[in-house]
Amino acid sequence: MLWVDKYRPKTLDKVTVHDQVAQNLKKLVAEQDCPHLLFYGPSGSGKKTLVMALIKQMFGAGADKVKMENKTWKIDTGSRNIEIELAMLSSAHHVEMNPSDAGFQDRYVVQEVIKEMAKNRPIDAKGKRAFKVLVLNEVDKLSREAQHSLRRTMEKYSASCRLILCCNSSSKVTEAVRSRCLNVRVNAPSEDQIVQVLEFIGKKENLQLPFGFAARIAAQSNRNLRRAILFFETCKVQQYPFTSNQVAPPLDWEQYVSEIAADIMKEQSPKRLFAVRQKFYELLVNCIPPESILKKLLAELLKKLDSDLKHEICHWAAHYEHKMRLGSKAIFHLEAFVAKFMSIYKEFLVSTFG
Amino acid sequence: MAPLVPSSQPWVEKYRPRQVKDVAHQEEVVRVLTTTLQTADLPHMLFYGPPGTGKTTTALAIAYQLYGPELYKSRVLELNASDDRGINVVRTKIKDFAAVAVGSARKGGYPCPPYKIIILDEADSMTEDAQNALRRTMETYSKVTRFFFICNYISRIIEPLASRCAKFRFKPLSEEVMSNRILHICNEEGLSLDAQALATLSTISNGDLRRAITYLQSAARLFGSSISSTDLISVSGAIPEDVVKSLLASCKSGEFDVANKEVNNIIADGYPVSQLISQFLDVIVNADDIPDEQKARICKKLGEADKCLVDGADEYLQLLDVASETIRALFDMPQTLVF
Repeated sequence: MLWVDKYRPKTLDKVTVHDQVAQNLKKLVAEQDCPHLLFYGPSGSGKKTLVMALIKQMFGAGADKVKMENKTWKIDTGSRNIEIELAMLSSAHHVEMNPSDAGFQDRYVVQEVIKEMAKNRPIDAKGKRAFKVLVLNEVDKLSREAQHSLRRTMEKYSASCRLILCCNSSSKVTEAVRSRCLNVRVNAPSEDQIVQVLEFIGKKENLQLPFGFAARIAAQSNRNLRRAILFFETCKVQQYPFTSNQVAPPLDWEQYVSEIAADIMKEQSPKRLFAVRQKFYELLVNCIPPESILKKLLAELLKKLDSDLKHEICHWAAHYEHKMRLGSKAIFHLEAFVAKFMSIYKEFLVSTFG
Repeated sequence: MAPLVPSSQPWVEKYRPRQVKDVAHQEEVVRVLTTTLQTADLPHMLFYGPPGTGKTTTALAIAYQLYGPELYKSRVLELNASDDRGINVVRTKIKDFAAVAVGSARKGGYPCPPYKIIILDEADSMTEDAQNALRRTMETYSKVTRFFFICNYISRIIEPLASRCAKFRFKPLSEEVMSNRILHICNEEGLSLDAQALATLSTISNGDLRRAITYLQSAARLFGSSISSTDLISVSGAIPEDVVKSLLASCKSGEFDVANKEVNNIIADGYPVSQLISQFLDVIVNADDIPDEQKARICKKLGEADKCLVDGADEYLQLLDVASETIRALFDMPQTLVF
């Protein structure tokens, strides 16, 4: 079992990084009722952990007995019949799913699953809660129509179904949904907190950590606790006892993007642009999200540029990422960004060095 | 036997006005509607205005006052964006409901006029085809059915529909109105709220009473019966002022890397960037030490970034672009590099 799952806190009392948030949630569910909740914060900050611990606090040990099922809905909209299949995790008390996996049909999934849960009253109505919990992940990726559908549906059936929404950023959740939920911000842990967690895991696994080792991993993780723990385990697998200057190897795709950045800094020519295109295709077919590619590429480029150029390049990165969001073929916009960078950089070199 | 703990209803619903005259401080709307209710001959109606100002409440109160609890369910059809709003629904559900005539039986002292009401909440999310299909239905069945449209933006309603309706604009609630309502709820629920917290609640809810009540209830759940400014800020998702100020300070340093580090920290702390841009705009506009030309440049970039965020662009990149342009504006650097 990976350490990232093995040492995940199972109850609100054991949550260490966000103990204040955990205590607030505990107070919240101490009453019989519980409002709709919206958890937001960067990835790897512990939102899912808090949600699972919260559900366990509400329903007891039964919440751990989950099963994965592929569910199919047949929806008749009058003009056409729609069939949607989606994977969901469910227990006797709660259902968890990613409605955005349904693409532009997410609106029907959102409505139908809530109505279905409302129809099936809790198995033991005399049990702890009179409602079930629906966990919706990646709510910020829902379409506008689906979020509009959500707002009234969550009001209508709130007596029997409570929603816990998870997203990376609440900017993309419509105001109407946000105002019907209790917003819980889950910030990324600080590097000190990550060091504490790594030392805790090291103690549990009987490992000797050289001085500064945990701090280096924490710095490398960009305040992402999941990455930090995975890096830690990678170092253990790679080399133990740990050496004093050991560093976690970067992820494969990040290494690849670093190479791309080095390539386009070295030469700015159509032939080089063509070679970079092949590298982008390689990343995209391996399901790396294009916006992650662009952000990593920008970070690598910024390390090597003058201050004036930094302003210019970060503007164009934002510009092409926005275009990418509006379009459907990411390779066009990634390549356009590289072409623009090459043009600006070459012009800078020519004007500086003659 | 353990005492039965009462299920706490959302205060938004618990304190929703039941009568038209109780809707807070939409005087023009309330006066006209109260008069119209006496004759019980209603035109089609169009309620529009910002969220949380009482539009749905007013529509439901009208229906309730006309029909009473017994006939309400059979005489009033309520549709929201959560129901399918395509042209098909207009052709079937709405038309079927609108076409049936009703008797004039009077129940329990309510007027019970001889027509039905269809409430189309969030009408601005109806498709244009659906709105067009509604035009004929409205005219054909106007003797037996009245339509209430509720939306945030009247511009999203097609002109033929709008011209068939009596329009009522709902204003954002002022701080004083909001404060009175909030204090009333605090008394009922046994909460204590100091003056600063009250002002903070008005500020962060922006005239949206539903939001203010929701924040109040959330804060009461989490922090008990004594609520402070900080508590309200933490449940509302507003960003602490020092975060916005530290972003501006990092831009004033003129160093791109300093601003980049600050942007990374803001993203890692999970603050929503659209909220940050809104608050950053307030700070920039109210700053005394920034010339107007520089303010104009920064505000233009903030507007562009806000649009990009609505389109779904990445938050880190947009915020970094804003910070970069702020640095360039503050130090009068050119917008585009020239070699």
